[in-house]
Amino acid sequence: MTDQPENPLRDALADAIASNEVILFMKGTPEQPMCGFSARTCAALAATETEFAAVDVLADPRIRQELSSLSNWPTIPQLFVRGELVGGADIVGQMYESGELAAVLGAPATTGGDPLPETAEPGSAPPLQIENRLS
Amino acid sequence: MPTAAEVKARIESGIPGSEADVTSDDNVHFNARVAAAEFAGLSLVEQHRLVYAIFDEGELGGSIHALALTTEPR
Repeated sequence: MTDQPENPLRDALADAIASNEVILFMKGTPEQPMCGFSARTCAALAATETEFAAVDVLADPRIRQELSSLSNWPTIPQLFVRGELVGGADIVGQMYESGELAAVLGAPATTGGDPLPETAEPGSAPPLQIENRLS
Repeated sequence: MPTAAEVKARIESGIPGSEADVTSDDNVHFNARVAAAEFAGLSLVEQHRLVYAIFDEGELGGSIHALALTTEPR
């Protein structure tokens, strides 16, 4: 791997992570997740009634590559809260069940432990389209 | 395609002293529960990173399509 001094995509990803309190990189959209792990993660966020920004990594293969290199995390989904990687689907699911997710998100911890609904209510923030910022 | 036994062996040799329970119905999607002394004091993200680091770039999401992971200090 080589360092690339000019990397607008990496900058756009870092900017999106920094400027959204809760941001999920996923396959598909909260309305239409394209992978069970992404769907589960959205469901956990929806169950905590948290607003979150979502980025569909399938929109451009470079997003996933660059994100993983930025976050040192190989898989999708990836949840960031206040600029920090919280984890992927397993960690988010585990934290949801323990009630820790609500605590991290600053949501009322009344939902922890309930079984997750099969489908997620869409997050209210419109999907971020990082790919539109690629030249 | 790797078998659950192969994934288990790789995790256990990648993290010496760890114990991994790995299951798979199709040798593509794996479920792993890993206990290791090394996890003590680490965040969940750091624990998972130690396991992910065992695998080659592109392997997770590739030949190992999915690795559902639970980690615990022992």
